Amino acid sequence: MKAYVGIDLGSTTTKAVVLDDAGATLGRGITNSRSNYALACEVALGEALIAARFGLLDRELAAAGMPEAERSRRLAALGLRFRGRQYLAQLEVFRRIAARIVAHDLLARGVAPVVDGMLDRMAGEARTLFAEGASRKSDFFRDLAGSRFLQLAEEVSRDGAAAFDRLVGVFDKAILEVENTPSGAEDFGTHARAASADLEDAPDALRRAVEAVASVPLQVASSVGTGYGRQTLPFPKEQIRSEILCHGLGAHAMFPGTRTVLDIGGQDTKAIQVDDRGIVTSFQMNDRCAAGCGRYLGYIADEMNLGLHELGPMACNSSRPVRINSTCTVFAGAELRERLSLGEKREDILAGLHRAIILRAMSLLARSGGVANEFTFTGGVAKNPAAVDALRGLIRENYGEVAMNISPDSIYTGALGAALFAWRDARRGEEAAA
Amino acid sequence: MNPSAAMKDGSQLRQKEMIAEHYSRLAHSPHTGEKSVYTFVPGNLTELVRSFDLLPVLPEINALQSAMRGKSKDYIAIAEKLGHSEDVCTYVKCDVGMKRSGNLGPTGEHLPDPDLLLLSYTGCFTFMKWFELLKEEYKAPVAMLHVPYQAEGRITTAARDYVVRQLKESVIPKLEQVSGRKYDEDKLKEMLARSSRAEDDLVHVLESAKHRPSPIDAYFGGVYYIGPIFTAFRGTEEAVGYYRALRSEVDERIAMGKGPVTPDGEMERERFRLVVEGPPNWTSFRQFWKMFADEGAVVVASTYTKVGGVYDNGFRHDPERPLETLAEYCLGCYTNLNLPTRVDMLCRYVEEYGADGLLVNSIKSCNSFSAGQLMMLREVERRTGRPAGFVESDLVDPRYFSAANIKNRLESYFQMIEQKRAGGAA
Repeated sequence: MKAYVGIDLGSTTTKAVVLDDAGATLGRGITNSRSNYALACEVALGEALIAARFGLLDRELAAAGMPEAERSRRLAALGLRFRGRQYLAQLEVFRRIAARIVAHDLLARGVAPVVDGMLDRMAGEARTLFAEGASRKSDFFRDLAGSRFLQLAEEVSRDGAAAFDRLVGVFDKAILEVENTPSGAEDFGTHARAASADLEDAPDALRRAVEAVASVPLQVASSVGTGYGRQTLPFPKEQIRSEILCHGLGAHAMFPGTRTVLDIGGQDTKAIQVDDRGIVTSFQMNDRCAAGCGRYLGYIADEMNLGLHELGPMACNSSRPVRINSTCTVFAGAELRERLSLGEKREDILAGLHRAIILRAMSLLARSGGVANEFTFTGGVAKNPAAVDALRGLIRENYGEVAMNISPDSIYTGALGAALFAWRDARRGEEAAA
Repeated sequence: MNPSAAMKDGSQLRQKEMIAEHYSRLAHSPHTGEKSVYTFVPGNLTELVRSFDLLPVLPEINALQSAMRGKSKDYIAIAEKLGHSEDVCTYVKCDVGMKRSGNLGPTGEHLPDPDLLLLSYTGCFTFMKWFELLKEEYKAPVAMLHVPYQAEGRITTAARDYVVRQLKESVIPKLEQVSGRKYDEDKLKEMLARSSRAEDDLVHVLESAKHRPSPIDAYFGGVYYIGPIFTAFRGTEEAVGYYRALRSEVDERIAMGKGPVTPDGEMERERFRLVVEGPPNWTSFRQFWKMFADEGAVVVASTYTKVGGVYDNGFRHDPERPLETLAEYCLGCYTNLNLPTRVDMLCRYVEEYGADGLLVNSIKSCNSFSAGQLMMLREVERRTGRPAGFVESDLVDPRYFSAANIKNRLESYFQMIEQKRAGGAA
């Protein structure tokens, strides 16, 4: 079947969305952007195509008469086993690369059996890691394998089996290469069959559906790329669209009533006005300086030794937000340290910092033409509850009551818009040919 | 990076020569005994200055020429060492830095110290501060010409008389004193008659952009076209000859159905027609132009090419009313117009030149030009129904040209126009 692909190459993550013939979303994929943009695209697209096949599985099971609740339960279980299988496949790639690195490093040779032993343990734990209800802080292999590898390295170095630094060195070298090596993790048929075999109670209908979907040829009929790295995408010029247009169209597809879109990404913030067809009528974006973007929060998280995802919830506990005037990322770090030394509470300072970045966004919104009903907030920062609270408050103050949309899939807005452009382009091409 | 040599048409080469000759003449003035008057571009009094056989020096032009030749960064750094803040007009800093590094002009030749600073104050408050600084630097006398802002959107008789009175009572006596010559009205009239002829040809060239495809780029190419008339040549035979030649060059392009010449070659296909408000960026001029040319975007009208003086509303220097016409010229230059008049002008350009929309290049260090631009943009958008775009850069400070950001915005804007045209189908 034909698939239509949109790829959003962001500064932090690369996203892909796959649409079917009717323009409906079949699957989404995400990966961390690497220095190798082409590979980041390939990985995100691979993920999206797998997700698309899961989408097809759902349709197959529905056609076989399986009720929705059961479908979603069974596909979730299959999905977890599938991810476990992908994880194992990547561990094997890691093992191969690490073995080569160790063999070429005279000083590290002694650690070969230790590394092997650690990887054996990690492989053994894969089932538990991807069990129902297990918590994983990230879905990226680098993070999952990295945090466990470091724990194990600490453990074995305490026992004197190998020096901690040496093991970390092996990981750091190997992971770069792993990320730049296609792992075969996108091999749907192999992993899906193995995953369904891992499920004790998989009904025949599921196995049959897996077989049926694994044999469907998914042909990418048209692709459009967007995002900061779009110029480096392996697409011809006419298949590249500005992320402003893609975010506008993507937000319109998610919430057709949208008239104003705010996207706060890793290194830029965009305020976009769209009409009733999702066509961009005006936009403003940050200039020269990325203060007030996602990276600002990343920097603050580093300063406070916190995870990026911990910032928002902590700031939400504030009862007396501190007024932070500086929106310069570096000055904000200095202000943060000063406030901490004055004894201000971390949550109050964080609430102030969130408000400061939203104030930058408010200025862009104002300059782009204000906030009209409905308003849609997208980008990585839309997942941060404190940023959302600050934005909601400031919008009410400045523009009155406005409906505010935030999709759980908001990170895919740009890729969705790009995929819709790909779909439209292909349809226009077909109409012209007819 | 080793960019290939820029493609230039005949007129562009000629104007480059003219400007180089002028710098050379200035460099030799200590030997020839010619005296120089420093002054500003908007509403300049070139004919009057030259009627006294004085040579005009335009610090704004020195600054932009220095930027195009990659020298402004160091000059700005020198000015900042002297204590000028980062936010000060970068033309001023570039000029001060150039003076302090030996006053070598953009062509590498020495510029003479001013015998007079002719401070024609037209719409830019910084001008006053700028020459206050130069007065200290050079210990030179200042002639102040205060030009009232066109607050009511028209030139009032009182305003014109006020400027004429200053010309008579203050500017001309100062010019007489510096030059040692008497005011020669007949000579001035002859010059004004030549100005008017050159102005006719310039307007013809600028209005040629109404053709499809436009034979010229009225912004990037336009700054070359206005070079001679806004700098030191208005009223001279050279200017008359230059504009005559330019006119026939452009007519030839129209006859052949050709688009504009860009530094990277002739533009093959005109995809977007734009009106641009705001000065160009001078440090990355060619790169900035290429961002337009690569997308097939042609600027069909710009307000920047009217900063010296506005001619396409019918104004011509009138030899029969020499001082009155100079006053009207000063009062009518673009920087001296109020915001509603600027909006009217932009809307008229969008309509008359069949533009797809308005693009604003807002200048970081020029508050007098940038104030109100977003309001103007919204109003033009509202009245014409055509989409507007907004980019930001600077005049001569290379630190404020963020290529990736500007390119991103420009491409988004071009695609926005395309999407609008296709009614959402693109």
